[in-house]
Amino acid sequence: MSDSLVAGLAIALQVLAVTAAAPIVVGVTRQIRARLEGRVGAGVLQPWRDLRKLARKEPLTAEGVILGRALPVALMSVSGLLVALLPLVTTLTLPAVPDDLFVVVSVLLLGSVFIALIGLDAGSAFGGMGSSRHMMVSALVEPTVLVAVYALSIPVGASTLSTILSARMSTPASIVSPVSALALVALLIAVIAETGRLPVDNPSTHLELTMIHEAMVLEASGRDLGWIELASWIRLTGLFGLVANLALPWGIAEQATVGTLGIGVAAIIGKVVVLAGIVAAVEVFLAKVRLFRVPELMAGSFVLGFLAVTASYLTGAS
Amino acid sequence: MNVFQWAVIALVLSFFVATAAAVGAPTPRLRNILAGVAAMALGVSGTATGVAALTGDTTILLLATPLPGMTLSWHATALGGFFAAVSGVVVVICALYGIGYAHGPAASRTGWSAFAAFGLGMQLVPLAGDVVTFLIAWEVMAIGSSVLVLSDHAHRPGVRKAGLWYAVMTHLSFLLLAAGLGIAAASAGSTSFYAIATTPPTGEVAALAFVLALVGFATKAGAVPVHIWLPRAHPEAPSHVSALMSAVMVKMGIYGAMLLTTRLFPNGPSWWALLVLGLGIPSALYGILQASVASDLKRLLAYSTTENVGLILIALAIAMLTRPTRPGISAVALIAVFLLVVSHAAFKTTLFLAAGSILHGTGERDLDRMGGLAVRMPVTAIALAVGSLGAAALPATSGFVAEWSLLQSLIHADSRTDRLTTAILPFVMGVVALTAGLALLTFTKAFGIATLARPRTANAAAAHEGSRSMRLAMLLAAAGVVAVGVIPGVLVRAISPVLPEVARPTAYSAGLVLPGAQASLDPTALALLALAVTLPLVTTGWLLARRVPRQQVAMGWGCGGVRTSPRMQYTATSYAEPLVRIFDDALAPTRDVRVTHAEESRFTVRAMAYSQRVVDVVEARGYAPVVRALTRLGDRGRSLQNGSIHRYLASSFGALLLVLLGVLG
Amino acid sequence: MNPWNLARRIIAAGRVAETAPNRPVAEHAGAVFGGSVQVRHVDAGSCNGCEIEVGAAFNPVYDAERYGARLVASPRHADVVLVTGVVTHNMAEPLRRTVEATPRPRLVLAVGDCAHDCGVFRGAFGVRGSVADVVDVDLVVPGCPPEPAAIVEALRRVTGR
Repeated sequence: MSDSLVAGLAIALQVLAVTAAAPIVVGVTRQIRARLEGRVGAGVLQPWRDLRKLARKEPLTAEGVILGRALPVALMSVSGLLVALLPLVTTLTLPAVPDDLFVVVSVLLLGSVFIALIGLDAGSAFGGMGSSRHMMVSALVEPTVLVAVYALSIPVGASTLSTILSARMSTPASIVSPVSALALVALLIAVIAETGRLPVDNPSTHLELTMIHEAMVLEASGRDLGWIELASWIRLTGLFGLVANLALPWGIAEQATVGTLGIGVAAIIGKVVVLAGIVAAVEVFLAKVRLFRVPELMAGSFVLGFLAVTASYLTGAS
Repeated sequence: MNVFQWAVIALVLSFFVATAAAVGAPTPRLRNILAGVAAMALGVSGTATGVAALTGDTTILLLATPLPGMTLSWHATALGGFFAAVSGVVVVICALYGIGYAHGPAASRTGWSAFAAFGLGMQLVPLAGDVVTFLIAWEVMAIGSSVLVLSDHAHRPGVRKAGLWYAVMTHLSFLLLAAGLGIAAASAGSTSFYAIATTPPTGEVAALAFVLALVGFATKAGAVPVHIWLPRAHPEAPSHVSALMSAVMVKMGIYGAMLLTTRLFPNGPSWWALLVLGLGIPSALYGILQASVASDLKRLLAYSTTENVGLILIALAIAMLTRPTRPGISAVALIAVFLLVVSHAAFKTTLFLAAGSILHGTGERDLDRMGGLAVRMPVTAIALAVGSLGAAALPATSGFVAEWSLLQSLIHADSRTDRLTTAILPFVMGVVALTAGLALLTFTKAFGIATLARPRTANAAAAHEGSRSMRLAMLLAAAGVVAVGVIPGVLVRAISPVLPEVARPTAYSAGLVLPGAQASLDPTALALLALAVTLPLVTTGWLLARRVPRQQVAMGWGCGGVRTSPRMQYTATSYAEPLVRIFDDALAPTRDVRVTHAEESRFTVRAMAYSQRVVDVVEARGYAPVVRALTRLGDRGRSLQNGSIHRYLASSFGALLLVLLGVLG
Repeated sequence: MNPWNLARRIIAAGRVAETAPNRPVAEHAGAVFGGSVQVRHVDAGSCNGCEIEVGAAFNPVYDAERYGARLVASPRHADVVLVTGVVTHNMAEPLRRTVEATPRPRLVLAVGDCAHDCGVFRGAFGVRGSVADVVDVDLVVPGCPPEPAAIVEALRRVTGR
């Protein structure tokens, strides 16, 4: 079998695995939150039940909503593309589509833009408010993401994510270096902001004036809402998977055999569940910060990323 | 006679035909068609000169003039040919748009003659072979555009001030260029660029010439702090002229900067590159910041031009910084410069033409008064969407490819030996990333508020699409944005004569290959992957839709309130309000809240009016004090002319004394 | 609060939720909901007594979420519109619009005596009527206010868990 075909199949498996696992990851976060609050919780499979029910509900589209029919599917497709590009189950990439840093960030931001447009298309004040806040956070997150991954790419000499991961696997000392620590913390803060978790955004709030992500989807119903929710969960799983893989790359499949791919799937699901669990547990202790403190948080994470780059120059030059 | 000579002759002929059509046509409608078609022919011949120069033609055309010692010369070079080709294509599209769009003053005899002169000037600037020809073509371009900016001066109050600022700044740039290039010509002994390139000045003379000429070119390009004419002049000009100014005329400033740094003074010290960087970084940041808080669509697009000029200057600075030590990366940065130029020309044309169509169809320029235009103006909405995607550097558009190559040059520009570049790189990368993030917000706002949801005013609700020529021009420009975004390799192959040897593509590829950075980007493959992911989704969606069909309802969910109206939707001002708060030191907004109390009681309110104004801080804090000081000086000077014959005799005597001293000394 | 103190309290409290009572018959679940029901609450003019009980139904002691019910922020996301309070004149139209905005299949759950038959406020000047006078009601939880356990039981009849 040709290399492209093998890589293509491995990536297809990656997309399917992450799509199947994303609702479970969200279920795990909700379950951990519930248990820490003393409740029993609905079970880790509840998000899948929610999706199944949403597929059976009628989608309502108001007059004057223009792109609202196509945008939810477009958002799903962009999330799927993101997960196809990120090195989660395997570091194999299609020969013509390397998972270059800027390509991945652009696909991520394309998803942000689509959901912001969904918010604006709702034609309500809340949709516009959520859209405006979300784009503000995205704008402030982008410098941190680029600088943090750039810091990780300097010791390796290439900016493709799979090359960075493979290099980290082969030299474990680079994982515990100050560069790596600073860059990973900066990246984690950026990912938490981009995926709308506490302390930047409360995913389970009902107060519209505190919403960022939720406000944009107040108008969606039925399978439109299902697509949007699943797309958000897939983005969450993909980005957490990236951070988890950068912190602990072992388990990722570098060749495409049945065994390595199976280990790869199990490894990524395990790592993401653990990371999501830790994030959920920490969230119980946090309150959402005021919206206008978020730029300070982002500036702080940018400074960490900047320090990571400086550290990598210094350790490389010496 | 070769292609280049024929094309130049065709260029000049088209100019005369266009002017004759503009002056002689009996009705405005006929004038639009005849002058527009002639202007399109001007653009086509301009493109032909560019293509001829790019394919290796190095003809020099000389034109003797009656003035002693002044011979005009045109020289086909690859660099000039590139800019001439880009300029020609945009002139064709804007002239096509103008056929359907031009109305009122823009469709008058003066309007179309000025358009023809403007087009001619822009085509001749990149082809100029010596300083004098360059300056003459520069001035023709400036006069043509000044007249066009002032078109609507009788209808709108701000136009005269805009025209004044524009004329002053463009002649400031002319003076600086004349000084800088004149010094270089004096030191080389001849005004031809070829002579200056072969015997360049050195030391302080070179530094002085470079700085003067660079600031002159930066003024034309719209770099901060000499950008203040841009947000005033571009919105007031007719839309097809705004498109030309933003997409091409500022590129003449970039052409000049590249002429200085790659042909005339190629081996400058590294502080020259830092100067270019020092112009680029504030332009990028301040430009996009002002664009993100602007609610006037054309002002937003004008500031976005400043931002893109900043990015181009950053790429040029990286090319200059890395040229001595790593020519491979320098070549990558140069590719980034060329791609940014083409990409910006494509999407800015699309955006300005769409803005013109909106202005034509609704009479509105303010985003706060638009909304829901995608239903009634679908072609304009598509053009606005494609242009916005390009401006935000999102995949499948030219902006994405250009920004990718810029980032590749930044990522690979660090080195263990070059400490200076290494130290500033992370900062530059952060600046570029923040610019890209803010551009996302700006264009999501521009597209979303204008075309989505419901119309906010009656004008927006009564929108109508423009004429066929307008629609065709917009779609052509949008197609250009997508074409460069999907098959950039074809473009890089076409412009390879401009690139240094190391960067020229060896094999045919549709994608973008950067050998210097060992990176490649294949947007077509990315699009195919996206399609592969989308197909199962669309199929699933269709199957689900058959079981549970979609329901159309009358109202959106607005909390069930009974007094909701489209006016309660978010506006562009509210969209950008978080940014105004975060960056209020850089923007210095003024806010005013006016409360009208009810007659019965001071504690109840009948009406409230909130207004927010964001002016250009550079103009308010930098230029306004200078203008005030100059005005005071002028007032003092007027006291010399108070009518007293004694004062006049005394000043004449003083002047005579000074001249005698000067002649004797 | 200091994270250590909070952590100690979490560990000390452990599981707070009471054991689930026997599952009621799922008459309204149908094939659609499958154990996942989103609830949008509308206060049509209540004294807030029922709101406190609804809030208690979702607290850690009764934990209605374990049966698959969840409160949501928009009727577009909801399956059940939970209405409390007698319907006042000002809230009649918004209540109607909220139920209209809910995608089908949908249910309306009236909680409390006021929602059921106006309770003590019958005939008052600001009252339009009970919830059934304005929209179709599918489930009723009587009581003034009803116990959280009754509210949870009603929700379980919808979720089927």
